[in-house]
Amino acid sequence: MRSFKALSWDGRPCPSSSGVGVLARHSRERKDKVDPMEALLYLGCTVPVRNLNYESSARLTARSLGITLHDHEKFGCCGFPLKSLKAEDTLVVAARNLALAENEGMEICALCNACAGTLTETAHVLDHHPDVKERVNTRLASVGLRYEGPVRVRHFMRLLWEEVGVEAIRESITRPLTDVVLAPHYGCHYLKPSELTAGFDSPDVPKTLAELISVTGAEAVDYPSLKDCCGGGVLGMSEEVANAMARKKLEDVSRTRAHALVLVCPFCNVMYEGQQKKIAKEAGLDLKVPVVYYPQVLGLALGISSKDLGFKLNRVKPKELLDIVEG
Amino acid sequence: MSRTKLNDLDPDFKNRVASQPGGEGIKACFACKACTAACPVEAVDKRYDPRKIIRMALLGMKSEVLGSDFIWLCSSCYGCSEVCPQNVRFTEVMFAIKNLAVAEACVPPGLTVQKELLKRHGRLYEVTEFENDKRAKQGLPPITEHPEDYAALLG
Repeated sequence: MRSFKALSWDGRPCPSSSGVGVLARHSRERKDKVDPMEALLYLGCTVPVRNLNYESSARLTARSLGITLHDHEKFGCCGFPLKSLKAEDTLVVAARNLALAENEGMEICALCNACAGTLTETAHVLDHHPDVKERVNTRLASVGLRYEGPVRVRHFMRLLWEEVGVEAIRESITRPLTDVVLAPHYGCHYLKPSELTAGFDSPDVPKTLAELISVTGAEAVDYPSLKDCCGGGVLGMSEEVANAMARKKLEDVSRTRAHALVLVCPFCNVMYEGQQKKIAKEAGLDLKVPVVYYPQVLGLALGISSKDLGFKLNRVKPKELLDIVEG
Repeated sequence: MSRTKLNDLDPDFKNRVASQPGGEGIKACFACKACTAACPVEAVDKRYDPRKIIRMALLGMKSEVLGSDFIWLCSSCYGCSEVCPQNVRFTEVMFAIKNLAVAEACVPPGLTVQKELLKRHGRLYEVTEFENDKRAKQGLPPITEHPEDYAALLG
């Protein structure tokens, strides 16, 4: 029996994710089947307020590929912003969210690299250090929660990669993105620290995003600053340093044939999309690099319309990309 | 650059860093500079130099480290941790150093603002009717704030 209030698409409480409303029409008919993959969708702070295109496209593509995502209305911040102040506060706040997921008996699927990293790290620390777990649980008791663990946490992309798989995605493609060229950007906490991401992708030679781009029929280009950090973590302290960090990749990508830079993290989006105009102006550059989220690209290839995938919310319009795909 | 007087150094500082969660690895550093070479912040701002910060901490330059602006420039990309042959885990060491700085009242204002936001809203961005209207237009369910847990947990 689930105690949390899952929300259906029209906002009404519903116990399952059968789905109603505008997004439901893309779902496969799976009524009599057991869901192969279920997870609690972890939106974090930024995505549900500033990146509705990412959220919509992730929900739509998940549904279309047979991943059932449940909402948990009590999820909040993962705790990442507290780590510089007091690392234990991050563990406590993250553990709160892990404990909520544990009560539902489901794993967490995060859209943000920082949320995925923080929650994974916290679960790892608590599962390996009983003394820390007890200290954290003592504090959690004040809100009536307890973390026993383990609770699994995966980034949305990792679910696609590990649960759906490239071959199953290939079979689901109805509109191959032939002639589209895309530049992947993984983001740091997607790949590192490798002690937490081991077995998923390599920080030295990452491939998952490029392969997930290729399976849509688009071409994934390599470029010199592929593995660069976006600088988002520094933005609050020094805009000058953060902008300088983001600039190289924007310049590199603008020199490739790519129709867009493809992201999987709202933090990286703040830098590459949000700061792009300012970076270009300060550097005297003519930069207009469209920035899209991977599920938007995947959604196009699955036949979902650009409107439903929230492309009107992309600030640098990926006009060429959409012209190629939708004509 | 002014001279550092030996009497002003705090020989116990490295132990304090090492006793913080995440700070344990600092004494294993043998100064190879792989961290600095891998650091994307150092590439654009030489003030932030991981190896130099470690050497300063090991020497006991407590006030110079904790009172500096540059310790707040770490982007927490984990690039240094990945290349370190001694498993210093410098990104975590930086969090330990920042936590010590906060305990000594050297806190950048932005960070305390974020903590207050979490206590007030349970998230970094307030969710009002405006945001939920926007979400409804995109066909997304509303977000409910649950600050009570955050206020209780963060005192």
